[in-house]
Amino acid sequence: MNLKIKSLVVSLSLGVSGLIGFKAVAQEQIKIGVSVPSADHGWTGGIDFFAQQTKKRLEAAYKNLQVVVVTATNASDQANTLEDLVAAQQIKALVILPYESAPLTEPVRQVKKKGVFVTVVDRALTDPNIQDLYVAGDNPGMGKIAAKYFADRLGGKGNIVVLRGLPTVIDNQRFDAFMDGIKGTQIKVLDSKYANWNRDDGFKVMQDFLTRFPHIDAVWAQDDDIALGVLDALRQAHREKEMFVVGGGGMKQIVKRGEDKDTLVPVDIIYSPSMIAVAIEVTALHFVAQLPVNGHYILDSPLVTPDNAAQYYFPNSPF
Amino acid sequence: MNSTESIEPTAQSHRIDAARIGALARDFGPLIALILLAILGWVLNPSFGSWTNITNVLTRSAITGIISVGATFVIVSGEIDLSVGAMVALIASLMIIIVNQVAESTGNLMLAVAAGLAAGLIIGLFTGLINGILVTKGKIDSFIVTLGTMGIFRSLVIFVANGGTLTLNSDVREAFRPIYYDAWLSVPIPVWVLALVAVSGAIVLAKTRFGRYCRAVGSNADVAFYSAIRVDRIRLVAFVVQGFCVALATILYVPRLGSASSGTAVGGELEAITAVVVGGTALRGGYGRVWGSIAGALILTLIGNILDLTSIISVYLNGAVQGLIILGAALLQRGSRKR
Repeated sequence: MNLKIKSLVVSLSLGVSGLIGFKAVAQEQIKIGVSVPSADHGWTGGIDFFAQQTKKRLEAAYKNLQVVVVTATNASDQANTLEDLVAAQQIKALVILPYESAPLTEPVRQVKKKGVFVTVVDRALTDPNIQDLYVAGDNPGMGKIAAKYFADRLGGKGNIVVLRGLPTVIDNQRFDAFMDGIKGTQIKVLDSKYANWNRDDGFKVMQDFLTRFPHIDAVWAQDDDIALGVLDALRQAHREKEMFVVGGGGMKQIVKRGEDKDTLVPVDIIYSPSMIAVAIEVTALHFVAQLPVNGHYILDSPLVTPDNAAQYYFPNSPF
Repeated sequence: MNSTESIEPTAQSHRIDAARIGALARDFGPLIALILLAILGWVLNPSFGSWTNITNVLTRSAITGIISVGATFVIVSGEIDLSVGAMVALIASLMIIIVNQVAESTGNLMLAVAAGLAAGLIIGLFTGLINGILVTKGKIDSFIVTLGTMGIFRSLVIFVANGGTLTLNSDVREAFRPIYYDAWLSVPIPVWVLALVAVSGAIVLAKTRFGRYCRAVGSNADVAFYSAIRVDRIRLVAFVVQGFCVALATILYVPRLGSASSGTAVGGELEAITAVVVGGTALRGGYGRVWGSIAGALILTLIGNILDLTSIISVYLNGAVQGLIILGAALLQRGSRKR
């Protein structure tokens, strides 16, 4: 609401000044539109949090910069908000985390045709020529780094179970890279099942794995929400001493456990929603500093160990 | 969802045998499906029959099972409640906030747990009442009412959780935990609660005046009205019963993982409705039975459990297997669909 009033005031005052003839505004007003999915689970909640935080920081730092954050509940809703951003808000740049790749490719192309600078985050569009800037985490990297950790920690052999996310490209990239990474070792994946990136399913699937396999050396949950469900299943079955669990994402509770040297959850692998902040900041640099920023920014998926956990711990983030 | 059909006449004498077979299938369809599934599970993996697995499955079914008892009353009365999944998420979120608050301000963990239980029940009854009032006083179809409240409840969860996940503080979590994880006579507490809700629900629906009126209203609301049944009152109470059952289920859900987010119990309404219908209750209202809904809930849980315990079926086909088994269970009792 506040935002709308503010933008109304800005556009009114611009209009009035235009009418009266005050052309000589010291600096041109720059509006950056940010379109992200609404907070439907922990990670997207983090995306919204970091987007709002960056908006506050940038608007305080640069008087001529305005950041408009809009959330969408599905792909077609997001396409509609894009039209509004261009027509009503007249944005100079768009930072978008697309709900889905294919359905949003055309709408973003239309935005681009209006001369708007386009930054795509996380989920790539099907035509990479549309974007000026691409910022994403490293999904295959998550699988690769996890595989390396498992191989080192287990000494190249052992029985593990894998809990996957949802059947999507992102999940396949993580899973395939992990399976590739443990190839040639004697690590045996007893089974892998989908746990849909949520705690309840992580709990249920792990309960059933525990019933089915009398001995498990480690669990790759590849996501911190799933990992939390897994931990409760282990506790219920009193089998916490038998194995260790590796999640992923950089959720604050899990990072904290790493920091506290928890042996059950020794490490985490970052896939942080703060990538949206990086994307907005770099986009802003293009305007405020006139830097050529075009290109691909792939943020690493670093391994969080007790030694470096402090720098990945954001106590205020909802994720 | 009101049916305007008249109450079915009794079967004619020469059709008695066919009717009896139909009635048998109608009576025991869900049970037969359940037994077949259990045998399948045991053949595929003998650890299916272990006590741990059996209690796991029963405990997991408690949440859907209890909700489906309430849903049975709503559906028998000729209504539908699509808001129960979102209601679980809302009650769970508010319970967590209240429990944490009370624990922090008083330091008394037991008091915090008690406050959480009371709050859960009150919110459940209240949300059920809202649905009921909108349906009866607002004269809006329950499908639309509960579609609306579903969106409102779910959105309130995102709002109070600030888009993230609400979590019980660790000390109060420990005090709350036994409600889900403890057992009495080696049967977990949620299973006792499920049994208690199922038995009392079955008695209320089959033996009491309220149960009979629910069936009458769902069968033909006009006839019920002219028979001096307060149709709106019956519907209202059915929604409140649903709210109460959702609250009980949520009280069992919260201590399990100690957290809630906007993703909590997504699709819970469809699970409950599926359990009810697989259990033999007519979706158009007028006829239903509580034990069938419990069997339906168990079938749904068993499918997931069996799929987890084997790897003979590609995980990509999980949804198809679930669909097939649900259809099979429904086919087993098609005797009830003579009309």
